[in-house]
Amino acid sequence: MTEAASNKPVLLTIRGLRIEGPPDEKWNEIVKGVDLSLHRGEVLGLIGESGAGKSTLGLAAMGFTRDGCRISGGSIDFDGIDLLTAPEPVRRGLRGKRIAYVAQSAAASFNPAHRLIDQYSEGPVQHGVMSKAEAQRDAMELYRRMRLPNPDEIGFRYPHQVSGGQLQRAMTAMAMACRPDLIIFDEPTTALDVTTQIEVLSAIRDIVAQFDTAAIYITHDLAVVAQMADRIKVLLHGEEVEEADTRTMLSAPREDYTKSLWAVRSFERGAQPALPAADVPVVEMRNIVAAYGPVPVLHDVSFEIHRRRTVAVVGESGSGKSTAARVITGLLPPSSGSVLFEGQPLPADYRQRSKDQLRQAQMIYQMADTALNPKHRIREIIGRPVHFYLGKSGKALTERVRELLHLIELEPDKFIDRLPSELSGGQKQRIGIARALAAEPRFIICDEVTSALDQLVAEGILRLLDRLQTEFDLAYMFITHDLATVKAIADEVVVMKDGRVVEQGPKAEMFAPPHDPYTELLLSSVPEMDPDWLDRLLAERAAGRAGGTVQASER
Amino acid sequence: MSDIWWMILRRLALGVLTLFVVTLLIFGAIQLLPGDPAQAILGQAATPETLAALRTELGLDLPAWQRYLNWISGVLHGDFGVSLANKRPISELIAGRLANTLFLALYAAVIAVPLSLALGILAALWRGSWFDRAINVLTLSSISFPEFFVAYILIFWLAQSGLFPSISNIPPGAPLAEKLYRTFLPALTLTLVVTAHMMRMTRAAIINLLASPYIEMARLKGMGPTRVIVHHALPNALAPIINVVALNLAYLITGVVVVEVVFVYPGLGQLMVDSVAKRDIPVVQAAALIFAAAYILLNLAADVLSTLSNPRLVNKR
Repeated sequence: MTEAASNKPVLLTIRGLRIEGPPDEKWNEIVKGVDLSLHRGEVLGLIGESGAGKSTLGLAAMGFTRDGCRISGGSIDFDGIDLLTAPEPVRRGLRGKRIAYVAQSAAASFNPAHRLIDQYSEGPVQHGVMSKAEAQRDAMELYRRMRLPNPDEIGFRYPHQVSGGQLQRAMTAMAMACRPDLIIFDEPTTALDVTTQIEVLSAIRDIVAQFDTAAIYITHDLAVVAQMADRIKVLLHGEEVEEADTRTMLSAPREDYTKSLWAVRSFERGAQPALPAADVPVVEMRNIVAAYGPVPVLHDVSFEIHRRRTVAVVGESGSGKSTAARVITGLLPPSSGSVLFEGQPLPADYRQRSKDQLRQAQMIYQMADTALNPKHRIREIIGRPVHFYLGKSGKALTERVRELLHLIELEPDKFIDRLPSELSGGQKQRIGIARALAAEPRFIICDEVTSALDQLVAEGILRLLDRLQTEFDLAYMFITHDLATVKAIADEVVVMKDGRVVEQGPKAEMFAPPHDPYTELLLSSVPEMDPDWLDRLLAERAAGRAGGTVQASER
Repeated sequence: MSDIWWMILRRLALGVLTLFVVTLLIFGAIQLLPGDPAQAILGQAATPETLAALRTELGLDLPAWQRYLNWISGVLHGDFGVSLANKRPISELIAGRLANTLFLALYAAVIAVPLSLALGILAALWRGSWFDRAINVLTLSSISFPEFFVAYILIFWLAQSGLFPSISNIPPGAPLAEKLYRTFLPALTLTLVVTAHMMRMTRAAIINLLASPYIEMARLKGMGPTRVIVHHALPNALAPIINVVALNLAYLITGVVVVEVVFVYPGLGQLMVDSVAKRDIPVVQAAALIFAAAYILLNLAADVLSTLSNPRLVNKR
């Protein structure tokens, strides 16, 4: 496709583009002079960490800047139209009609007040491309091509009645509504489970090829971009690092930064010494059955977590991973079964647990952003559990907070009086870890702690957690849907599906065949850094191998 | 849809319960009023014998709980009792006044609600512009002045010049146009008083949503600013707007005493104030009960409407 695409006419040319972001005191540059060109029918992958300016650049290709940003230099030419000097009505006429956008979170980007099909037809009708009736017929056709279940009926639902993976496909269909020349995909599968991601990826790829649409595919996941793009451009801090066609980029990256991205998944925790036979597990879930109201969520779940061991609990969203954590912490008392701490049963409800029992189990959350009080300084955030559980105050308290900051490798003098808003994502997550450590627990639940982070930053967090475990004899329960993280940090793996444990055992066994069919499906769905991976997988699944088939699922 | 009916039924039952609690409060509060109705009716010249006789006649010598039971059972049968001051049945006395109050409230609402919604939407659309600032300053100043002051200013401008009458008494059987003309100034006063609140809530509720991903999506689909605000933001902002509108409508019914007095308008509020002065307790109780019922009903309507405006609550998964 690469050779074919480069023979086609150029659709989009960006030269020396500079974009400045919301001024704190002065404007700061988000995009610092980037060049980009895209041929008709070509897919360009934009890759980089968060804050690299990928989304800003993608939006600029539509002649759009977010409120508070401005384009301060360069040029954008879309099919002969200068997007920077064209009047707003002209640019508005292009958006949705000739350049369309697929957002990261379809659940948040569909208007909750309107039905899917009405949001689909809005573009074609308002741009004068089709009548409403035509647009609706067309919507059903595209829903069918995106392999959505019940394509004739699904459009008449509201967004909240449709699952995340389906919404993402409906949004791609919506972007196709006016048959645009260019689609910007802004991390369209980041929020999805691996098994759902495959369906969305293959649907997107097919439809882009069918209509010969050009696309800019923004992501931080290298393996995903390898499947989707003809060419890859790597961005760092608003500047281009390098650009090459996909195969060259994967096999022979030139720049050190690119090589470091490629090498990221190198961290792997060594095998731990065998447990003494009589070791009492730190935490044990015994035959737990739990429900939210009348809806059963966990069915007879049992597993144990030992000292200095990390148990990864994996599964798709809705499989009951987080519910298991809620049962352990006492937030959701189970309807039967018991939670044991060092062999002693814990009261089911956290309100009946003693302060010391509460102290022993701490949590680290996925969204460090929302888990830290934005109005509290680091001193208070970490100091509160120290004071509450251990009764320290005054000088001793400050001393302990500084010690904890040392442990998480943040310099106390620089950070102790900062607000969360003055920290980067990785630093916030480190504060979350320090807060959990502050209680001096025996056991920590890590709920998707790295999934909101870039790979390099995530690896730093994993290494830190690993070091702290050995230093303080901690037991971890690691909830995740990312199997690469499991490979890196786990000693044992528990695979959950629909509230049941389908497989559990040491990591080495888990990653070696034979697998439970569901584990097989999960494992085979993890994208690999090989441009042919998706084709091969789809072919294998079509032939009935490699765990399950790609089809319109109800998820 | 049956869920909605259940919700309405539940809220109605709660409303009735609230109303019952309110009757207790009203009755209790009236017991705390200083002064003796019998004394107030008979005046200084009353002898102890006549006072005692009147008390027996009015049932004032009965214990409080028994008087409450008598009152509440009467109310349940639609009988509010008779006025102490002029012996007329209270339901008759109140009916005309209530109709006047509702007429004025409706008149003001018909002007104020569309006006404040439109102004709020325009202010959100042109946020930060001179229009936005001017409309904010204007509505804020009109709400900051006491009502009677606004009323007198309007009289000074619009009645002195002979455009509108400053006294809003309505002759019985007057045609609608005549009624609208005569009550224009009080309606305008009320409009000025309630617009700011509703307009600012509309503006804030819409602007609150403008940072949402689905608003950005609408803009990226090439939709113009007006369509983004009216079609994409407004439907999601309805719940808070509906609640503020309901609160202001309730105010229009129950809070207009001062305006009624200034324009000598024969409404329910004025009747209530007069009756407090005359210690005409049954009338005060009846008026208070009607006001409470209006509040409860309007809030119920607001709850139901804001639920209906949210597809997530109407269409379950």
